[in-house]
Amino acid sequence: MTALDTATAPAARTSAGSRLASRVFLIRELGILIALLLLIAGTALTNPRFLSAQSVKDLLLGSTILAVLAVGQTIVVITRNVDLSVGSVLGLSAFATGSLFLASPGLAIPIVLVVGLALGAACGAVNGALIAAARAPALVVTLGTLYVFRGIGYSWATGRQINAADMPVGFLRLGTETVLGVPVLTLFAAAVLVGAGYYLRSYRSGRELYAIGSDPAAARLSGIPVGKRVFAAFVASGALAGLAGVLYAARFGTLDANAGLGAELNVVAAVVVGGVAIFGGSGSVYGAVIGAVLLTTIGSALPVLGIDPFWQRAAVGALILAAIGLDRALALRVGRRLRGRSSHG
Amino acid sequence: MRAGTPRVRVAALAALAALTLATTSACADDETPTAGSTSGSPSATAIRSGLKIAFLPKQVNNPYFDTSDNKGGKVAVEEFGGSYTQTGPSEASPSAQVSYINTLSQQGTDVIVVSANDKDAICGALNEARTGGAKVVTYDSDTNPTCRDLFINQATAEGIAKSQIKLISDAIGPDGGEIAILSATANATNQNAWIEMMKTELAKPENAKLKLVDTVYGDDDDQKSFAEAQGLLAKHPNLIISPTTVGVAAAARYLSGSDFKGKVQLTGLGTPNQMRAYIKDGTVKSFALWNPADLGYLAAYAGAALASGVISGNEGDTFTAGKLGQFTVGPDATVLLGDPFTFDETNIDDFDF
Amino acid sequence: MAEWKARLRSALTSWDAVVLLAFILVAVIGALTIDGVASPRFWRFVTLEAIPIVLIALPLTLVVITGEIDLSVASMLGLTCVVLGQLWIWGVSSLPLLIGICLLLGGALGAVNGLFVTRFGLPSLAVTIGTLALYRGLAYVVLGDRAVADYPQSWTTGAIRPIPGTTIPWMILVVAGLAVAFGVVLYATPIGRGLYAMGNSAEAARFSGISVARTKFWLFVATGAMSALAGVFWTLRFASARADNGTGLELAIVAAVLLGGVSIFGGRGGLVGVIAAVALLVTLRNALQLAYVPANTLTIVTGSLLILSVVGPNVAGMLRERLRRRRARVGIADPTPTAAT
Repeated sequence: MTALDTATAPAARTSAGSRLASRVFLIRELGILIALLLLIAGTALTNPRFLSAQSVKDLLLGSTILAVLAVGQTIVVITRNVDLSVGSVLGLSAFATGSLFLASPGLAIPIVLVVGLALGAACGAVNGALIAAARAPALVVTLGTLYVFRGIGYSWATGRQINAADMPVGFLRLGTETVLGVPVLTLFAAAVLVGAGYYLRSYRSGRELYAIGSDPAAARLSGIPVGKRVFAAFVASGALAGLAGVLYAARFGTLDANAGLGAELNVVAAVVVGGVAIFGGSGSVYGAVIGAVLLTTIGSALPVLGIDPFWQRAAVGALILAAIGLDRALALRVGRRLRGRSSHG
Repeated sequence: MRAGTPRVRVAALAALAALTLATTSACADDETPTAGSTSGSPSATAIRSGLKIAFLPKQVNNPYFDTSDNKGGKVAVEEFGGSYTQTGPSEASPSAQVSYINTLSQQGTDVIVVSANDKDAICGALNEARTGGAKVVTYDSDTNPTCRDLFINQATAEGIAKSQIKLISDAIGPDGGEIAILSATANATNQNAWIEMMKTELAKPENAKLKLVDTVYGDDDDQKSFAEAQGLLAKHPNLIISPTTVGVAAAARYLSGSDFKGKVQLTGLGTPNQMRAYIKDGTVKSFALWNPADLGYLAAYAGAALASGVISGNEGDTFTAGKLGQFTVGPDATVLLGDPFTFDETNIDDFDF
Repeated sequence: MAEWKARLRSALTSWDAVVLLAFILVAVIGALTIDGVASPRFWRFVTLEAIPIVLIALPLTLVVITGEIDLSVASMLGLTCVVLGQLWIWGVSSLPLLIGICLLLGGALGAVNGLFVTRFGLPSLAVTIGTLALYRGLAYVVLGDRAVADYPQSWTTGAIRPIPGTTIPWMILVVAGLAVAFGVVLYATPIGRGLYAMGNSAEAARFSGISVARTKFWLFVATGAMSALAGVFWTLRFASARADNGTGLELAIVAAVLLGGVSIFGGRGGLVGVIAAVALLVTLRNALQLAYVPANTLTIVTGSLLILSVVGPNVAGMLRERLRRRRARVGIADPTPTAAT
């Protein structure tokens, strides 16, 4: 074997490997998309009103907030961490939005968006600092900040509630208006999705997140600034939770300190169902968003299908188990394929 | 990096067990419960000052209870010189309420005014509290009558049902149609009583044109109610009654932003402040309520009268509730506030709660 | 003699001791400053609240030591409650039979978790998030939003009856017995030592002859059974079986396990710390509630304690490391004995 041959062989292997990886990506994300389409089709057959403009609008609106949260969670999960505090951050941000409008009703909406993002980012920074700097496990830290942020939210709200009547009409209209049939809020979520997706695939720092999740020790040894990247991932997750809080305020109008209570489990469910490995290193934001849409659609489809809505939670649980089972089966096959390829080297 | 050998740790575990048992045996004496006021003929004529009254709603952060407790109960307690607290869980769960009942009982609260999340689950704790000397008054949502001393009812179930059916039938018009109910939690005593009465009302011949097709539960959670309203309308384009303030506000908000506005009628029990925008934009024609502040006010006075010995909870006892006037205890130790009040375009601006 | 002293010193500075000390401090200070803490009623309520948490925390500690986790415990509790209620409606009226069925059910639910983790090799975090939703959902399917509350009084008062002569519920003896049993398994049997090995390195554990898969499977079964026992207690204590019983409890239990010094990565921690942590958290919450501290503050305190429990030792370790490096650079001999890692 000439030197040239040995040089091209690894190159051929990596391009074969990356082709395989993109094939897996396609299978996984396509698979969940097909599941979603089947669900919608099936429900529409039973009740055509499920596909009416109003109903589709409701579906899109309903999944928007979960989708935004899912994008943020994906960024964190890819690095082999988890962020359980997103529900509390959303609650804080939503109440902050309401309070801002109460204090100055004429406030421009972009300013409120920035404040929500900044507040969320600050919370994310607290998480990131504790996890990256103090090397504390993310599950524990974000469990703690879940309580702390929620407690701060309660203390601030002191049982008050902000009514839709107190919010500026223009802001609330953001929650219901559509552009060519697509709700404005969904456009926000779509922008976030495309932005995050592009960043993760095309920027080196984005791809480094995957490396960190696959093997943190190796990542550190190969010069990736693991601490900085993980910190940034949590800031991003927090910021997106903050954005979700502003969108929540626009959608629901009536706010109290309980906004987002319990959201963290739904978000992790959406992410897992969407194909993001809980131990990091693989998955995409597109899958996570499809997962979010699928979970929301189940909730809306069940009453329409005449199935006792009490089955919803059980259905979500079964889906999660099916999803991780499928991922594992796929991973095993891919592993076998790769090993098979390299043995021909 | 394990500290302590296994033997040390087993010893530590045993020591912990011993410590616990030592503490428990130190607590060997049962606290003798303070004797509650004997049931018999009432002897006092005025409310004692310095009574500790605690309001324990289904959940805090609910504007209905914020009004009934802080704008009604608190005012009454200050009037008769007692000390007021409001405490409670942030989620409408019975086991969470039990923890607060236990705390209130230990704090020597004289009157616990509670709206129950479940008819029976909090009974054990309430009875323990009563043995410890507290009087228990339920308001808004009752418990099993065996574990409370008085129940302050905002209106009779029949009265509420009648008013609800009348409002929706006026809104729909003479041709009738399908209706659905969006309630709170499926266990809520009050809501279920009202729903039962509504079904009785609907069975009457004059309501023959109205058909009840569904009952869903929003758990008094704004988001869930919103989603349930959405689901209802996706299933049939019908008309909704919502006997809960959180539910009717959420349903109204959904309707007013949807294509169903004006085509689907909505009524229920709501607060003027929450519903004002929807009356004005035509989503809702009319709705009903009583004044929750009055409810809290009456509950506080009733509890105080009970704790002071002015009444003993027997049918026929009378007491004065400040500016609301005189009240008489009815059967089953229930005190009635009054009839529901209808709000619509003509009077919505006269109220602020 | 010196070895004894060294062992004692390391035991006293261990995390277990820290948490135990914190609990004692809270109890004593609370008794001195807050009206009502020193009363037997207070401890009765604390014990009632702590019983289900300790019951589930016992096996969960062992699970986390092996490097796994089980977030579905509260859902298993809830499903058990609901099944108990449904069986009662259907006319099953023998209490021992009901308890037996519930324990079997709990074991089966735990076995499902175990199967997914050991047989299919799935990550326990994801699996138990799935079963958390699945089991809770099934609970709602069985009972809907109804509640079953008409159990015989003898059962419900029997469940919380105090030990004669005290105000503390007799159930605490059962809990103490189980704690000792789990403690013996963990500290005094090869299986127990094997658990630490599994958490540190599955490979090493396998080489020492322990069946990793079988052990983990049975730990999950045990967790399910204990969750079921806690569910029976819960139902009888509140005299009410509802689908939402215990919702959210898993976070409190996991918080207690972590605060008790068990590392989330596995391989470290013990029961003493966990039991002390449960006692600390429940006592602290009840004492502060009694002192009119608002619920929000309590939430913040719980969260901060949790964060401190992991950040504290890490930061302390890092500072110590930095100090040692500086000393080494300057040439000062390190006075502290290097701890065996």
